[in-house]
Amino acid sequence: MLQCQMEQTGRWLTVYLTGEIDHHGAGQVRACIDSRILEVGPERVILDLSGVGFMDSSGIGLILGRRRLLQTLGADLTVRGVGGQVSSLLRIAGIQSEEKTGGARHES
Amino acid sequence: MKADNTLKMTFPSRSANEGFARSAVAAFIAQLDPTLGELADIKTAVSEAVTNCIVHAYPGSVGIVYITVGLYPGGKVRIRVADKGVGIPDVAHAMEPMVTGGGEERTGLGFTVMQTFMDRLTVRSAPGRGTVVVLEKNLTQRSES
Repeated sequence: MLQCQMEQTGRWLTVYLTGEIDHHGAGQVRACIDSRILEVGPERVILDLSGVGFMDSSGIGLILGRRRLLQTLGADLTVRGVGGQVSSLLRIAGIQSEEKTGGARHES
Repeated sequence: MKADNTLKMTFPSRSANEGFARSAVAAFIAQLDPTLGELADIKTAVSEAVTNCIVHAYPGSVGIVYITVGLYPGGKVRIRVADKGVGIPDVAHAMEPMVTGGGEERTGLGFTVMQTFMDRLTVRSAPGRGTVVVLEKNLTQRSES
């Protein structure tokens, strides 16, 4: 089951998703994220996917749909915490993301 | 070629079954000792095929999704995902990237994802009768030493 937690700092809203993002999971969290966005009116939303172990193209739809909503509000969406299977999916859709959280460690 | 082992399962086209379907297929294939990457590829492709049945084959209703998995000598996996839903009038067009009849934030990337993550994708469909998607992947053979 896909879980969603949100944290607001000023006009930045961070959305933490945990679990697997498929058509079922995306349907469960979409309305909840959108109502929070409309309530907060953020200038930036950060979508943190470090707790997501699996995603299919429904996850791409979830990201692009939120980006579209935020654009109409003049706000940005940043995706972070992407790794493994999720990053290969995002590559297909051409979605840019920040480094995996905690990925600042130097690997030799 | 005859399969060494087969799995057959059927379930109603409810979205709650998407996770079950990809996990069950992955659990069955685990006996071939696939890499984690191969397993993730297969789970993603199965998830796309099953979602298509739920969203497109049986829109606004619940039908049955039929999955057959065959494991063949040499590490070949063949997964058949079938429905008896509305069918696709123009398969070639439906398989083009970004083409969707979907709404609900469908991206039209399902077939592209299946093609990218599997070695072979075959789609057969008849309007009013249903669709059959066959996904094939050759797993890397690990050395026995």
